Parts: sequence; C-alpha cells; structure tokens
Amino acid sequence: MKYLFNILFLSVSLLSFSQEKIQGTILEKNDKNKSLPLLGANVYWLNTDVGTVTDFDGKFSLSYKKEYQRLVISYVGFKTDTITVKNPSKKITHKLTPKSSLDEVKVVSRKQATSRSYLDSQNTMNVSSDELLKAACCNLSESFETNPSIDVNFADAISGTRQIKMLGLTSPYILIAMENIPTVRGAAQAYGLTFTPGTWVESIQITKGAGSVVNGYESIAGQINAELQKPLKDDKLFVNLYGASSTRLEGNVHYNTSVSKKWSTGVYVHGNMHQEKHDVNDDGFLDMPLYEQVNVMNRWQYTDNENGLVGFINLRFLDDYKQTGELNFDPKTDKLTTNAWGSEIETRRYDISGKLGYVNPDLPWQTLGVQFAVSSHQQDSYFGLRQYNIEHNSIYSNIMYNSIISDSRHKIKTGISFTYDAYDELVETQNFERIDNSVGGFFEYQFDNLEKLNLTAGARIDNHNRLGLFVTPRFHMRYTPWGKSAFRASFGRGKRSANIFAENQNLFSTARNINIIESEGGDIYGLDPEIAWNYGVSYLQGFNLFGQKGDVAFDFYRTDFKNQVVVDWENPRAISFYNLENESSANSFQAELNYNLLKGFDTRFAYKYYNVKTKYQTGEKIKPLTAQHRFFANASYATPVKNNSRWKFDITYNWLGKQRFASTASNPSQYQLPEYSPEVNTVNAQITKVFSPKFEIYVGGENITNVRQPNPILGTENPFGSNFDSTFVYGPIFGSLYYAGLRYRIK
Amino acid sequence: MKNIFLFIFVLTTTFCVAQKRNAKATLQVDGVCQMCKERIEKASIKAKGVKIADWNVETHELKLIYNQKKTSLEDIKKSIAAVGHDVEEMKATDEAYNSVHPCCRYRDEVVQDDHKTGKTE
Repeated sequence: MKYLFNILFLSVSLLSFSQEKIQGTILEKNDKNKSLPLLGANVYWLNTDVGTVTDFDGKFSLSYKKEYQRLVISYVGFKTDTITVKNPSKKITHKLTPKSSLDEVKVVSRKQATSRSYLDSQNTMNVSSDELLKAACCNLSESFETNPSIDVNFADAISGTRQIKMLGLTSPYILIAMENIPTVRGAAQAYGLTFTPGTWVESIQITKGAGSVVNGYESIAGQINAELQKPLKDDKLFVNLYGASSTRLEGNVHYNTSVSKKWSTGVYVHGNMHQEKHDVNDDGFLDMPLYEQVNVMNRWQYTDNENGLVGFINLRFLDDYKQTGELNFDPKTDKLTTNAWGSEIETRRYDISGKLGYVNPDLPWQTLGVQFAVSSHQQDSYFGLRQYNIEHNSIYSNIMYNSIISDSRHKIKTGISFTYDAYDELVETQNFERIDNSVGGFFEYQFDNLEKLNLTAGARIDNHNRLGLFVTPRFHMRYTPWGKSAFRASFGRGKRSANIFAENQNLFSTARNINIIESEGGDIYGLDPEIAWNYGVSYLQGFNLFGQKGDVAFDFYRTDFKNQVVVDWENPRAISFYNLENESSANSFQAELNYNLLKGFDTRFAYKYYNVKTKYQTGEKIKPLTAQHRFFANASYATPVKNNSRWKFDITYNWLGKQRFASTASNPSQYQLPEYSPEVNTVNAQITKVFSPKFEIYVGGENITNVRQPNPILGTENPFGSNFDSTFVYGPIFGSLYYAGLRYRIK
Repeated sequence: MKNIFLFIFVLTTTFCVAQKRNAKATLQVDGVCQMCKERIEKASIKAKGVKIADWNVETHELKLIYNQKKTSLEDIKKSIAAVGHDVEEMKATDEAYNSVHPCCRYRDEVVQDDHKTGKTE
C-alpha cells in the first residue's frame, strides 16, 4: 500500500523531468537521536520552481541540472535549511531542527502535575513526578501531602509512622499496589508505605471508589498504584541528598544502564537515618524514633518491540530499624524490662517480582500480561513489655488477556489470579498461624462510544480458603453531557480478611487489654471477613476564566459495611475487636477547585466532609480521630525557564476540624481527655532552585507555624501503669522542621 | 496427514488473500489537531467492520485494521470524507469541510501555522 503511494508521489516528479536526479531523506532532529522521517517537507532548488515534497519515509527524489547547486529544505515548524549539493550522485540525508517557537507549545499545553481524566470511567487522578517534587517526600507515605484526596495522619505518638486515609477510611481499606502488584498489605500494612523511597516513584494513580476487579477483591475505599522508575526512562545517574533540622539524613542513588539491545538495568539504593534524640514537649519520651533504613532495588527491563514483548524483573531488599520510647531507654540493658519503656522494630523484607507483557504486533489490541511476585516479610518488635513478631510470606500471580469485541469501542479484559499468604505471628505470648490462599477469575468489559459515554463493568469470582467462594462485581461509568465535563458513577463490592494486629500495631504502645469477641465460625482470629459496598458519584467541570484554565470537582462516596471488624477504642482499659453487621458506614464529600491563576501559578483548594459512623458496643459514634471537616489549599509557582534555570515555590495549608477522642470517661480525672481535640492548622512550604536540567537544590519547612500537640502520650510518668496510652494523636508532635537537599542527574 | 495440512494451508491463505478479517491499511488523511484526530478516528470506527483506527497528527497517517468481509477501504474513505476530512484522492465536499470546528480548518494555511506555533492547541 505504502509503495503504491510512493510511486504515486514520485511519478509526478518522474514524469515531468527525466533528467539527472538526486535522492535523499529528510529527518527530524530530536534529543533522543532517533531518526524520525519528515513527511511532506518541501525540497526545492533555490530560485527555481523545481521542487518536491518528501514521502512517508521522508524520502525524495528531485531532478538535477548543473546550474542547480543550493537545495532548500523547509517544513512548517522547522528551521529552513539551505544546503549545497556538490555531488549529485551521493544520497542526501538531512536533519531539520524544530523551531524554537515549539518551546511555546510546551508552555501552552503544559502538563498538569496532577491531572484528572475527563474520559476515564473511573475517578482516577494521576500524580506525576512533578507533583511529587513539590514536597521533599522521602517516602511514599509522605508523597500525598499535596494531594487532597488522601489524608495523612499520625498513627501513634511512638512509632512516628504516618497513616493514610481515603474517604475517611484507613489504609487497610485501600488497595496499595506497586505497578499493579498489591504490595502494602498483610504484615506490611502498618509501615509499608515508608518502605518505598519517594525518588523511586515515577507516578501515582489514585482511584477513588471501588476500582477495577483486575487487581483483586480487597479494595473497598479505593486503589493507589505507584509506578516505579524504569531503567529505560529514568536518568542514567540520579543522586539525591536530604538533610533535616531534626538530623534526619537521607540519600538516594539511581544508576541505569542498558546492557544489550533488549535489556537494560537499574540499581536504586536508598538509605536514611536519624540518630538524635528529641524531646521538645519534655514528656520524657522521644518525639520521633531513631531509625536506620537500607533499601535496595535492582530492576531489569526487557524490550523487544519487533515481537511486542516487554518485561520487568525486580529484586528488592529492605532492612529497617526503629528505636523509640523513653529518652533514657537503652535496648542493651532495658529491652523487655521495666527499667525504662522502650521499643524496637526491626523489619527485613525480600521481594522478587516479574512481569511480562506481550502485544500482538499484527493485532495491537491483543495483549497478554503475566505478573508474578514473591515476598518475605519479617518484623520483630517489642513495645515496652509487649512483644509482637510477624512473618508473612506471600505469592501473587495474575495472568490477563486483553482484546476487543468487533471494534476498539468494546474492550475486554479477562484473566485468572492466584494468591498465597502464610502468616506466623507472636502476639505477646500467643501464637497465631494461618495460611490464606485464593484462586480467582475475572472479566471486565469496557465500552466507549467515543463521545459522551463510557463504562466499565467487571466481575470476579474467587475461591478463598477462608473467605469462601464469592463474587465481586464492580461498575463505573462516565457521561459527558457538555464540553469539559464528566459525570461519574460507580459501585462495587470488596471483601477482605482483617489482620487485626498488623493493622493496629499502635495498640501495643498502650496498657490496653486485647479483647477479641469471636464470631461463630469466625476463621480469622475468630472473626469473620469484612464485606463492604462502595457507591460514588462525582462531577468534574473544566473551565476557562480570564484566559486561564481551571477545573472544579465534586464527589460523594458512601461505604456501607455489610460486615466490619470493628476496632473499638471506647473503653480506655481495652481494645476490642468484633464483627458488626450492617451497623457502620462512611460518607465522604469533597469539593475541589484547581485554577491556574497566572502562567506558571497554580492553585488548588479543597474542602472535605467525612461522616464515618460505627455502632460500637457503647452506642453509635463517629470514628475517633477522624476530623469531620477539613480544608486544604496549595499554591505553586514556577518562574519561566531562563538559561535552563528556574525557581519553584510551593506552599500547602491544611486545616483540620475538631476530632473526637475515644472515650476516656472511666479514667481517673487526670487522665481524662475532652470529648474533642482542638483544631489544627499546618503550613508546609518549599523552594526549589533549578540551576540546570542536571542540578537543583531545595529548601523547605514542614509545619512552619510550629503547631504541636502538647501531651500526646497519656500516663508518661508511669509507662508500665494501667493508664499508659500513646494513641490519642491528633496533630504534629515535633513542631516545625526545616530541610534542604539536592538533586543531581545525568540523562 | 500432510495433504490435509497442505489443503488447510492453501485454503486459509487463499481465504486470506480473498477477504482478510484483519486487513491492514494506511491512509493519508488531512487534518491538524487532536480534535481532528478524534473526528477522524470516530468516523473510521463507526464504519462497520473497522476494528481499530489510529491517526497521527504529525504524519497524517491513519492506520486501520478492518474486516474486508464487512467493509471496503472505499467505504471507510467515504465515511471519513463525510465528516469533512480529505482522504487521499477523495476530497471532502465543501459542505462537509465547513462542518468541522473553525480551528480544524486544515486547508487554511493560517490555521496550519497556528497549530505549528502553538497559538491554538
């Protein structure tokens, strides 16, 4: 077909002149040194009418006379070149340089750091690496600070770990995946987000609501997927150093190289440590733990475009150590004694995963994907006199086939998955062992009428040794009645087994008794699995105001628990776990406004309302430590690029309304807390100076107004007494913190 | 046995030559922007039998895979021309051409230049 047209094209020039000819190819000059042929470039002899245009492959053939010497090559959007032809028998290959005015195009259609799709049926936000650089996010748990859809809270006053929430629900209800392999789950639930360094993350996709059935049945509130850096795309060398006023130090080095035509590899090394004891609030306890982490990843990327194959092999190793507790605690002499209250948490994790994707080169809609992941997670820890060890070995595998029915408006995804999880826990003196496995099949149908409507309907059937045989249906649709708008609706079901200890490790830093109220036939710590339905609607509207772009988004989600494993903190002497049927729900509403105020100046405002209610044994109550009202504002400004350098400014403001404390009414009066916490206002800011594409430095401050919760731990004077409790954390403990860092990269 | 295979082979190949279920074609379609891309692809895919359509803004190439039993290249071209885009030797009628969004008037050099220089997206 192509040749036919070549002939057609060339015949014009062939017929008109049958004299001597010159031949050549016109290519586009680009950074990647790839030879992209320029189609339709004008080639003519200077000051004559003799000329032609290049064909599909950038080739041309043009008659030649001795008096012709200077050949003009022009193409709209490229600099016009005039070359001298001395030897007409020699083939000419010439590269045209794009006009600098193309830079302008970049500015006009500047990619948003965080973007919502107007077309996808799911309510998904894509967070690019640009957004991640707005805060010196040291690890994944800190990378959501400029994103209003995810709330970041402190889990407890001891471990310093941050906990994320979506739709008012804690992270166990969110499926957190690395390149679509569920990772932050099971034993990794509590600290798993801190095990992925921020610089390893290329982008994050946040989906609110039920999500797709492809990655499993566990997601309830939403899905978060982090794409990691890819050896082929990442910088050849990347170095990041970070130091904070708290004496927290971090370092990251990436090295990527291609080893053969098809294989490339990358080594990613991360280390962090914090060795100074801080006690700003003088309660005798460390404000943040001492820690050390070594984290290494080696990725292998395989690309064979001719045969349509792409693959990844990842090897990861992590060693994380935390020590915290009283200032005078020395693990050598005081471990598991009443000399001083202290805690050590040591985690080792190995991950091996592989991925292979095949695209049929003849029928590009037919693709096959295979994923396989094995991990081993070992945590040994103690909190005061309470010991907690968990070992979790896991296998995840998934085979997926994509195709179309009749044409590309009807897409299907289908496949099977297999999971295996072996848990071995020591909780104080009691041993819990369990093996979970499941085999499932899924089918998802996507319809897109290319105009106003698209929808995704999926279902999976799984057979799980503890959850039984069950169906997980999920549905999403998007409707666009007018320009730049998207109405979305979704519903879906999720089911999961609650790992009550791994998910609530903060309970060990209290004097509370553990109380499991078993359900009849309960198979997971004597409890039944959790089942919930999630329903959501959202509306996104883009607009142009005063020549600048913006969008406004509203969404409402409701999660109805058919069965929930309730974590009941309402008795200050105990923590109780029990199943509750049809008695808890979470409603969330969010309004968000994004507006590009001036060129390079973006603003984002969000208001959130949560109503998360559970019927505890003591009556229906709002979930503790969940602010019902929240406000978020973010502004970022980047100066235009001058001589390769620019400034970037970013500031984030968070307001949290009052949060309910779990009841302390039965405590002695000095250990009683008010019903609600005060409001909390925090401000974070960062300035980045880009010196060149290779080098940049940043300085920033977290919580610059120095807001602190005065007494985050109850009963500090007698940590082995019955009133010790570190879980009443509503705000920052440490106060303001300043940091500086640098990034150096070689492409 | 061998003969059967040979027979099947011959049969399928002749079959394929006659009417491919997944025939590939590349057409030159004139247009300037993402809006054109949407319009061109939509028009192609709505022609019954077209399985996938991908138009490249820079090269103006429309890559198609279609079922020859259900449609012909001629019919596909007609449906693209009907929404206002010139396909190779088939010119869209002025009426169809005028129906495209003003910013998509690819025959107009000013519009072409605007797209190249980024005055319009």
